[in-house]
Amino acid sequence: MKRIGFLSWALWFGYAFLYVPIVLLIVYSFNDSRLVTVWAGFSTKWYAELLHNDTLLDAALLSFRVAAVSATLAVMLGTCAGLALSRFGRFRGRTLFGGMITAPLVMPEVITGLSLLLLFVAMEQWVGWPDGRGVTTITLAHTTFTMSYVAVVVQSRLAGMDGSLEEAAMDLGARPAKVFFVITLPLIAPALVAGWLLAFTLSLDDVVVASFVSGPGSTTLPMVIFSSVKFGISPQINALATLMVLVVATGIFVASIVMARQERQRKRDEQMAIQNG
Amino acid sequence: MTALVSLLSRVGLWGRGVVVAIPYLWLLLFFLVPFLIVFGISFAESIIAQPPYSSLVEWQVDPDADTSKLQILLNITNYFRLAGDDLYILAYLNSVKIALVTTLLCLLVGYPMAYAIAKADPARRGPLMMLVILPFWTSFLIRIYAWIGILKGNGVISNLLEWAGITSGPVEILYSDWAVYIGMTYCYLPFMVLPLYSTLEKMDPTLLEAAADLGSRPFKSFLSITLPLSLPGIVAGSLLVFIPAVGEFVTPELLGGPDTLMIGRVLWNEFFSNRDWPVASAVAIALLLVLVVPIMIFQHIQGKQAEAGK
Repeated sequence: MKRIGFLSWALWFGYAFLYVPIVLLIVYSFNDSRLVTVWAGFSTKWYAELLHNDTLLDAALLSFRVAAVSATLAVMLGTCAGLALSRFGRFRGRTLFGGMITAPLVMPEVITGLSLLLLFVAMEQWVGWPDGRGVTTITLAHTTFTMSYVAVVVQSRLAGMDGSLEEAAMDLGARPAKVFFVITLPLIAPALVAGWLLAFTLSLDDVVVASFVSGPGSTTLPMVIFSSVKFGISPQINALATLMVLVVATGIFVASIVMARQERQRKRDEQMAIQNG
Repeated sequence: MTALVSLLSRVGLWGRGVVVAIPYLWLLLFFLVPFLIVFGISFAESIIAQPPYSSLVEWQVDPDADTSKLQILLNITNYFRLAGDDLYILAYLNSVKIALVTTLLCLLVGYPMAYAIAKADPARRGPLMMLVILPFWTSFLIRIYAWIGILKGNGVISNLLEWAGITSGPVEILYSDWAVYIGMTYCYLPFMVLPLYSTLEKMDPTLLEAAADLGSRPFKSFLSITLPLSLPGIVAGSLLVFIPAVGEFVTPELLGGPDTLMIGRVLWNEFFSNRDWPVASAVAIALLLVLVVPIMIFQHIQGKQAEAGK
């Protein structure tokens, strides 16, 4: 009995550790005082100020654009990579390929950022592209480090799924491309959605790599937040953080409900198929 | 008919080749080649030019003898500078120390959590794990920022301690190594809980029942059964925390003091403040050398896991 007591204490401590800072952040975004830690009454003025901060809004817009494009590219590349790793058996150079997929997951961001910047500079010298640093280079960099996450998510979904449906379709004469689009793709769709969301969030969150590969006039939202946080805390950042948490929480909530419903539907269909068959 | 089939299967093979080739070429160009360039530039000299490093390869034309030669200049002073300057060595040692403490703290907080969730009612496990992962989806930067308001003098903790009468004045935890430990543990905790949970969840509960039937006390069963069986999860989680933590930049920059030396910060300053790209590259290569063994172990585990998933 005592052990169970300890475990639930540990669990509650862990959750408190994870959530109390976020809750405090949200609470103080409604604080009237500029001093973030002294409560001076309820106010929404920081939200109003946020709406008039053009630097921040421009940066947010840029970040959303970069995140959307790089997440889409990452899903395409990551799906190919995940498919290759889990369905193609052994091919030449597979070890190197697997290594290049997993290494970015743990690679310190300063190394990724520096190495990509040096690549872009060298490429500009040799082939004249990309012309300077900016949105293009940030997008390419984000695609590169987020595609690994997508590949791992897709790979684990494919590994958890047995290949009998694909084999059946193949036996019935469907061509590989058709099998992929008609059978595999709908089955791994939840992993693709999860992978896209993950890539989008990681891109929207990145400050280190973006600082290395960005140029003048391409300041992303995390870069703006980072430089203003370095000068101390401001309730405007609290308001911004609250909005971001709200968006993420809503997104996750909606996605998990949709996915749970689809999963139930799929189970029902399977049951029906078994009963009718 | 057979001709058609063989043609189609060739198209299938060709299609497979394309599916592999696209991400493969992408990673070769944007992941592997950049490392080679960093390695190359770490042997260059810092010069005032655009880009600010000397060329390694030079084509020298000798007008007297009417000959020309290719000269390759490798400059290893950058590495001597790293080895000779206490600042760099201290930064490396300190980074490894901070990463180790962070890993240990994550293990101490994360193991009981993962264990409790794995032992919970199966229907509740999903939502409980969701709650662990959810903060990971909110911005890393924002989560670090949240701790500034908590840890600073006159911050939440300081006010609480004063209110409780434990301290008489403001307490400043911010800008110290401890603030970095707390911030990094906070950010990396989900990476520890996730692999721990997946190994603990797969564990066969009948093993513990058998041990209990044979008279083993719960704590002893934990030490001799649960802990060894969860070792793969411990190793995977620790590597997932340790490797990126060694090169961490944002947390020590925002929560640490000026004397919280970490190699990520040194690299950043060499690059952005001193604009010394060759030394920054040498720092990156030296950091990679420290991490190459942990990264290889991590890849080995990751590869085995992917095989086992099939």
